Amino acid sequence: MTNLIILPILIPLFTGAILIFLNKRIIAQRVVATISSICSVIAAWLVIQKVRTEGVQSLNVSSWDAPFGITLVSDMFSALLVFTTSIVAFVCLLYSFKSIGQEHEKYYYYAVYNFLIVGVNGAFTTGDIFNLFVFFEVMLMSSYVLLVLGGTKIQLRESIKYLLVNVISSALFVIAVAYLYSVVGTLNMAHISSRIHEISINGMPGILTVIAVMFLIVFGLKGAIFPLYFWMPGSYYAPPAPVLALFGALLTKVGVYSITRTYTLFFYHDMETFGLLSILAILSIIFGVIGAIAYWDIKNIIIYNIIVAVGVILYGVSILNTTSITGAVYYLIHDMLIKAALFLLVGVVISITGTSNLKNISGLINRYPGLGWTFFIAALALAGIPPLSGFVGKLLIVQGGFEGESLIGAFIVLMSSLLVLFSVMKIFINGFWGKDRTYREEEEAPVKRLLIAPVILVVISALYGIGSESILPYISQAADTLLDPDIYINAVLKE
Amino acid sequence: MEIVMAFVIGILFMTATYLMLSKSLLRIIVGTGLLSHGAHLLILTMGGLKRGAAPILGGNAESYTDPLPQALILTAIVISFGVTAFFLVLAYRAYQELGTDNVEEMRGTQKDD
Amino acid sequence: MRNTNNIILETAVKVLLFFIALYSVYIFTAGHYYPGGGFIGGLMTAGAIVLLLITYDIKTVVGILPVNFRILTAIGLLFAIGTSAGSLIFDAPFLTHAFGDVHLPILGDLSLHTATLFDLGVYFVVVGVTMTIIQTIGEDE
Repeated sequence: MTNLIILPILIPLFTGAILIFLNKRIIAQRVVATISSICSVIAAWLVIQKVRTEGVQSLNVSSWDAPFGITLVSDMFSALLVFTTSIVAFVCLLYSFKSIGQEHEKYYYYAVYNFLIVGVNGAFTTGDIFNLFVFFEVMLMSSYVLLVLGGTKIQLRESIKYLLVNVISSALFVIAVAYLYSVVGTLNMAHISSRIHEISINGMPGILTVIAVMFLIVFGLKGAIFPLYFWMPGSYYAPPAPVLALFGALLTKVGVYSITRTYTLFFYHDMETFGLLSILAILSIIFGVIGAIAYWDIKNIIIYNIIVAVGVILYGVSILNTTSITGAVYYLIHDMLIKAALFLLVGVVISITGTSNLKNISGLINRYPGLGWTFFIAALALAGIPPLSGFVGKLLIVQGGFEGESLIGAFIVLMSSLLVLFSVMKIFINGFWGKDRTYREEEEAPVKRLLIAPVILVVISALYGIGSESILPYISQAADTLLDPDIYINAVLKE
Repeated sequence: MEIVMAFVIGILFMTATYLMLSKSLLRIIVGTGLLSHGAHLLILTMGGLKRGAAPILGGNAESYTDPLPQALILTAIVISFGVTAFFLVLAYRAYQELGTDNVEEMRGTQKDD
Repeated sequence: MRNTNNIILETAVKVLLFFIALYSVYIFTAGHYYPGGGFIGGLMTAGAIVLLLITYDIKTVVGILPVNFRILTAIGLLFAIGTSAGSLIFDAPFLTHAFGDVHLPILGDLSLHTATLFDLGVYFVVVGVTMTIIQTIGEDE
């Protein structure tokens, strides 16, 4: 079927439109949203299988041929990310049923939720740089609504900052695309890559370096890398847990994906920009770790861990050899799963205790052993303890770092694992051990039901780690496409 | 002509930056509007300011204008229209809820709530 | 909250409204081969309704046009998605449209496109979204 790769975008879009009609019927909304979410997961799985057997898939939307019309491209990297997104979306949806509240549900929560998935899947799939901007905006518009839905003071305040930051970065994106268009005269990503290759035989022209740095700023703002993560702790603090899990797991990863895609496809001639990327990635790790250790607020600790993870992935990308790219792809998927799980677990903790301040929480494991041990496993996976999923990715990234003779960076990635472990163990030791306390909200929290969603994610993540041997062929296919732009270009332009 | 456009775009960006650095929320919104105008003009200029026939398939004109920048601008305008409208509604709600349109007073740590 | 008694505006709007609405329909249909289309037509219709809102108050306008604009947006979205997803049935790439020349009595030779239906969806979305925004700001005093 020609249109297979658009299905993970089309299904949520269609569902979103239908859900607007059902806004007063909560049960119907839940049923429709669940069914469509399962369909997306299946569709994404089929895409992976198709890419596995037939190589990179491309779809020329509206039957316009490749460099002229908009093209959707699904290589293994984007197919894997779309699949992970669909899983995370499905699980967060399950969590939302029990926690988000009827006010949200009546106010188009599920519709906007689906539009967010449209944006994320679209950004992963598109093969056109301007279309990437459009999908970014779809995703951002939905994220604004999800962030502000509920309308508490902190949400309004943080939404304004978040919106302003993103409006400016969108304008920068348009400017960067305009510059790129004036240099290469095309918007199709494969075509851009081949044109840049033509003009970069004697080194990349200066203007392209400028454009590369502009893209780094734009996507870095979305992906929260070192100097540009300032907005994140505040904005991500405001929304309720399932929304936070979606944001933490997906939105920053879209930025990371875009950096990876543009850098490996367009700017691989210029190792200096990769050097810059590497420095920023290492600084992100350092500052993220400092934040994660310093805070005594469980939400903030996990939020700062996003920055660490982004740094680790981008460090792997910046080394640009087979081992490190494989590790980066592996770690990216691991991080999407485990961050969603951790944020949902934090949501459960908050729904029990009514606070996110670690100093007011203790002894949870006495009455909630399931919660405690799930959190423990998730924490170990985050830090990268074998055989859980974080280990393989980090190992490959560090190994790639040594191969690429970037010893300091590899060492910092190693050290960061230790400190990340410390930051999450701090939550475990202080929050779960110690004296048992009673909390006000405790009676109302349906802990067992809330726990289903994070447990699913933790199990998937554990399987992902244990079964890494059988998953590795998929990951290395993704890495091969990233390292050899010709595969991508030939599949799209069909030369 | 490109030089003139470059100046216009520069002035737009300059004004936008100035407005966005001010404290009043409404000025900031106007600033973002100007910023996106500047970006749209930049696309137009970057595509090359040529004169020619409308880019319709099968015509016999000697030169065509590049249709792509126009399509991009239209898309970007629609998006910035949507975002600006949302921003205005958000600012209005925030003004009602927080009782201020001064961004300085919207600062706050998480502990306030 | 109708506190002004602006007789000139009210009388003028009664006439102008239909011209604006009609012209927006013209713009919408012209959009196929000439400048125009769903977006600009929708904006113009929304403009007409906003003019009505300025002249009268929201309650009166809701009485005249009992439309839930959010539902209108959703209908528009379904139109747009439906017509573009129609190509899935024929196994053509997404968004591929069909067109053909048809001879109709009275109207003469017409070029009919499925893209018009897509554009109609855009039209509804634009009217719906614009009016939702205006109403959200305008509803509470």
